Amino acid sequence: QGTQIKDVVIKDDAPNALILDKHADYIAAYGSKKDDYEYTVSEYLRMSGIYWGLTVMDLMSQLPRMNCEEITEFIKSCQHECGGISASIGHDPHLLYTLSAVQILSLYDNVQALDVDKVVEYIKALQQEDGSFAGDKWGEIDTRFSFCAVATLALLGKLDAIDVDKAVEFVLSCMNFDGGFGCRPGSESHAGQIYCCTGFLSLTGQLHRLNADLLGWWLCERQLPSGGLNGRPEKLPDVCYSWWVLASLKIIGRIHWIDKAKLRAFILACQDEETGGFADRPGDMVSPCGTAVRPSRVSRCCDLQLQRNVNQSPANSGRRHNFKQPPQLSRKFEQSVASSLTDVDQLPSALLRVYVQAILAFM
Amino acid sequence: PRPPLLCRKLSGLYFIEDRKEWSDLEPVPQDDGPNPVVKIAYSEKFTDVFDYFRALLKNDEKSERAFTLTAEAIELNAANYTVWHYRRVLLQALEKDLRQEMRYITAIIEEQPKNYQVWHHRRMVVEWLSDPSEELEFIADILSQDAKNYHAWQHRQWVIQEYKLWDSELEFVERLLEEDVRNNSAWNQRHFVISHTTGYSDPAILDREVQYCLCQIRKAPHNESVWNYLKGILQDRGLSSHPGLLERVLELKETQCSPYLLAFLVDSYEDALETNNTRATLNQAQEVCALLAQVKDTIRREYWLFLGRSLESKYGPTAAPQSDAASSDAADQQELS
Repeated sequence: QGTQIKDVVIKDDAPNALILDKHADYIAAYGSKKDDYEYTVSEYLRMSGIYWGLTVMDLMSQLPRMNCEEITEFIKSCQHECGGISASIGHDPHLLYTLSAVQILSLYDNVQALDVDKVVEYIKALQQEDGSFAGDKWGEIDTRFSFCAVATLALLGKLDAIDVDKAVEFVLSCMNFDGGFGCRPGSESHAGQIYCCTGFLSLTGQLHRLNADLLGWWLCERQLPSGGLNGRPEKLPDVCYSWWVLASLKIIGRIHWIDKAKLRAFILACQDEETGGFADRPGDMVSPCGTAVRPSRVSRCCDLQLQRNVNQSPANSGRRHNFKQPPQLSRKFEQSVASSLTDVDQLPSALLRVYVQAILAFM
Repeated sequence: PRPPLLCRKLSGLYFIEDRKEWSDLEPVPQDDGPNPVVKIAYSEKFTDVFDYFRALLKNDEKSERAFTLTAEAIELNAANYTVWHYRRVLLQALEKDLRQEMRYITAIIEEQPKNYQVWHHRRMVVEWLSDPSEELEFIADILSQDAKNYHAWQHRQWVIQEYKLWDSELEFVERLLEEDVRNNSAWNQRHFVISHTTGYSDPAILDREVQYCLCQIRKAPHNESVWNYLKGILQDRGLSSHPGLLERVLELKETQCSPYLLAFLVDSYEDALETNNTRATLNQAQEVCALLAQVKDTIRREYWLFLGRSLESKYGPTAAPQSDAASSDAADQQELS
């Protein structure tokens, strides 16, 4: 009722400067920590995780700290017979990780390390009759995958391998009454999907098919009084939308419609000054891997993090990368151990952790 | 090193190697490539389950124990899409009871409703069974826990469209909007249902929707979704074309104003200018833009200033002949430094 607004408040003692060194160290050390459960459970998106890490290091001019040869070998061993690339060894190929792999190799200027023709073949085979793209052989359709397909092919210089007109038709069929885009025709407009669709239309030279003023307005409406951005109306701000929303605005030439100073303040306030990395909003806890532990947060933006830009020039300090894992993974760890104990549903999760650690320590 | 067997038994932390039925299989440890990119330390149970899972994959084993293991792997990491693939392969190869699988996926989604794989899996099972009869109720239950769950809404749209279950959906939407009039997903669903059933071209339907919006606005004026929806359903015909609407909005401006109302007002004036360009209307529009830029919505100052300039250049005394391109305001090309 009234003027109730869903938003957060930034405290006076929140960080207000970019602690770049902390973030660089955090990335460089990622995976080598003792308690890296989150690293383990994120194996299913390892390829994207590597891409994000490398991009951040590159932005901070610290790419040489990462091992190019090992990463390249890893990627090569993730390419399957069908041409598609998996997130890690022993996983199934998927468009999402095919894009990430090609992006990584593009960073290193070495896409030839892959069998490029087979990659193209794999992507081509995923296009459906209506122009849409499935993510893999199991047929999930989503505009995210339209983006992955054209982004990968654009990086390889092979956009003509697919039916671009049909692909465009499908994406445009996902345009909603508010000028935004969802994952399939009729799906609610969402900043992450909008990023994928505007990126797609940019890559296929079809930005003029958008209503840039209408969409630009919808996007700048994502900014809340705290300065942060949400992903759709009446949701809380989340720092990942700094990327989805800003990149979209940049693509359609309306980035100045966001209040830059307020957004910057919001993003800086999300930093963890001790460990490096970012939480999804100021005031949330950052776990060892930069994950916000708040159980109620929208974890979908994590999955949307699986989409990556095609070498967009760094927009501004509004760009942010971290390894955001769905918070339910932390709960799942507790539950998996809990499954071998009794009546654990009654125990609050913190207590459960202590209980388990006590058992292990006793032994 | 693992805790000794007795201790494991006491604490209930069974590992797979302790289970007799697995003794023939050699677990395959995690392999991140010829030289691991980073050093890894695993949690015990996770390592256990996934090492055995990898062994099964390597042997392409299609057995009951493999099927059981997918459930354990899913419990540890329901986002691992390879495990879900494998489970589907096994469901088919072993000709498993799909009704039971529905119960299983129902339970999983209840625990982890914000995960792509679980919803996609459910869709596959529904398709294999050709039975959507549980879906609307199930999704309603998930939405009762989080009324904006994006995956749940997608699944709902798919079920409704695929199996033509439109009949009660508008009623369902209204119920949700009663609970939270700011639920943007519900407003989107409203548009989805109406555009696929009656459509908006019938004036009676359109007016019904306009009245519905005005009623919701009166109840909760600060609501982005309702204003977006109202604009969305009118914009093709023209915002100023609906008889009496502008007057109602101006009334609401006195008692239930919001930046959204003011934005709608500007859009209405702009639409009016299309057919009847008067200085008076242009001034009114400019006034509201200025109010928004300076007082009511300062965070979007740049947008309101742009809109003011755009209106002036299109409808003001020095207006150039109309082009059909999108806005050509040079300021739009300004980049943030």
